[in-house]
Amino acid sequence: MTVSGWGNFPKLDARLSAPRHEAALAALVAEGRAIARGNGRSYGDSAVSVANTIDMRCFDRMLGFDPATGQLVAEAGVMLADVIDSFLPRGWFPMVTPGTKLITLGGAIAADVHGKNHHVDGSFRACVDWIDVMGPDGAVTRCSRDENAVLFGWTLGGMGLTGVILRCAIRLRPVKSGWIRQQMIPAENLDAVITAFEDNMDATYSVAWIDCAAKGDRLGRSLVMLGEHADPGEVPARHRATPFHAPRHRKITFPMNAPSFALNPLTVRAFNALYYWNGARQKGQSIVDWDGYFYPLDAILKWNRLYGRKGFMQFQCVLPQDTARDGLNRLLTAISESGQASFLSVLKRFGPQDSPFSFPMEGYTLALDFPRHARAIALMPDLDAITLDHGGRYYLAKDSRLPADTFTAADPRAADFAAWRRDNGLADAFASAQSERLHL
Amino acid sequence: MTSPVLILGARSDIARATARAFAAEGHPIQLAARHAADLQNDKADLETRYNVEVTLHDFDVLEVDRHDAFVDGLPVLPGIAVCAVGKMGEQADNETDTAAAVAVLRSNFEGPAILFGVLANRFAERGAGTLVGISSVAGDRGRASNYVYGSAKAGFTAFLSGLRNRLCKRNVHVVTVKPGFVNTAMTAHLDLPKKLTADPAEVATAIVAAVNKSRNIIYVRPIWWAVMMVIRNIPEAIFKKTSL
Repeated sequence: MTVSGWGNFPKLDARLSAPRHEAALAALVAEGRAIARGNGRSYGDSAVSVANTIDMRCFDRMLGFDPATGQLVAEAGVMLADVIDSFLPRGWFPMVTPGTKLITLGGAIAADVHGKNHHVDGSFRACVDWIDVMGPDGAVTRCSRDENAVLFGWTLGGMGLTGVILRCAIRLRPVKSGWIRQQMIPAENLDAVITAFEDNMDATYSVAWIDCAAKGDRLGRSLVMLGEHADPGEVPARHRATPFHAPRHRKITFPMNAPSFALNPLTVRAFNALYYWNGARQKGQSIVDWDGYFYPLDAILKWNRLYGRKGFMQFQCVLPQDTARDGLNRLLTAISESGQASFLSVLKRFGPQDSPFSFPMEGYTLALDFPRHARAIALMPDLDAITLDHGGRYYLAKDSRLPADTFTAADPRAADFAAWRRDNGLADAFASAQSERLHL
Repeated sequence: MTSPVLILGARSDIARATARAFAAEGHPIQLAARHAADLQNDKADLETRYNVEVTLHDFDVLEVDRHDAFVDGLPVLPGIAVCAVGKMGEQADNETDTAAAVAVLRSNFEGPAILFGVLANRFAERGAGTLVGISSVAGDRGRASNYVYGSAKAGFTAFLSGLRNRLCKRNVHVVTVKPGFVNTAMTAHLDLPKKLTADPAEVATAIVAAVNKSRNIIYVRPIWWAVMMVIRNIPEAIFKKTSL
């Protein structure tokens, strides 16, 4: 059947199985070229293997919770949304969450996802105590920082290529309410954004929405959003009696694929300008609920249809701290001059990261969406050249289009990862369309 | 609101989703299936997610002479019982292999009906309770492609209807659920039309709502009511020549 990632490209005719128990899973793994798939939220071809894609969503049991330590043991197919549903009412929230809650824990580990608190807490890895990984022979190995540490290291960020992530223990964060005290800082250009990030390194959460259509001395104008978990006393009066129960947002479903002309330089520029001025009016402090703060796009189900039938691609790189300012300047200049401004662009300061194959490093990450049409595709090599020049690297969970030589040049760790996979008999056992494209 | 819910055939995808939906409302759960000890992870899941008490019970729907003892062995008589036991088999096998046909007929009709008979008497004696039978649209009219399964479900539907009629004065309610196509292990090999196919969680939500509102017969997706209305009303002279 046709399987694709969230970006609706590439669409591959792949064999997809949904095993219900470990024996059935082991039998599938034994067939080789297997890749586990969670909720299909990685953008490209990370979770598709034409020969053997394994839907892990039936492994969705929570196995235990220890309120003394905040440790949750769960199967890999449990979704972050379920964790929040069950534990926010009891005063717990994920320690690290990306911009969607509609991902599985297995996917979060495989991509070693990051959130708005990376500069303080690190990537998802920081909350993972151990992982059970099924190898090619069906045997399950528990790995952690102390036990099978090499496997643990490669599995975080290893995109499912070290084996099937079966179960994990993650630690949750105690919170006092389901609300966030948000501070909105309009920044009129790139220097101002970087200053805002550097001045607020002690904020728990920080992220910037960046207007990629702005040019000249407005290049890089952004809305920087800081956040702290609110105390019960700060919760809006009518919700104060039940501080963990934020109002449910109404969900709407994007009804169909948008026609290709819906997103053009004009609508994108207008949207970006409106978004900026609307945000700038909300300058200062406000109290917002967790769902609206962390997951604004989850309220629009199937929003990927906005980009139409041809799908879209993400460009997400991280640039090291010492070259980030110059690199961002050049990336943003190239984008605004091309007229291929992105509808949703996000800038985020990363803190230090110590792990063998995870995406983040200390510096700045820029994430952009582009519809898949010829002019945007033509822009990618320019952005890649700037990224390489500045010592940047790429986020595999977002990638659907990198040439292997670009990826390898940007990330020398890839060769070590591939060699480790070969030495441990994993190269043919686990594979995705992405690992084949990038020679992982 | 928080009476225990007995889930029969607890290993199925619909049963798992239904157990979650009732546990989310705070009901203690009794999971019953063959080799119940294997359901430890499901027990842990319900306890961890919803902080409710969960017990496991060995149960074989085909051992009809032990159904009384099974009900006696429950720690407490449940307020609500959901029967999600079902076996589709392959129509081709059911036509040629007597043992296969017997297994389908007994698993979908005889076993569930006898058990619900036992529970109905206990509920009637107590003067309260709800029985939820998961039947099938396949029971609305026999078709060449799966009439063995369909006829067993038709029998179960008729049994539930009679039970409802008998017990409504005794404050015991009976819900007949006709899910239509559902994405489950049982249908994983079939290519089902998206608009007509529900997820197990959708079936579960519909069941909880039907129990809370004391509905009698529900099609999970309303479109199935219309589809089956048409199918039921095609004259037999024409119907027998179709391949549906």
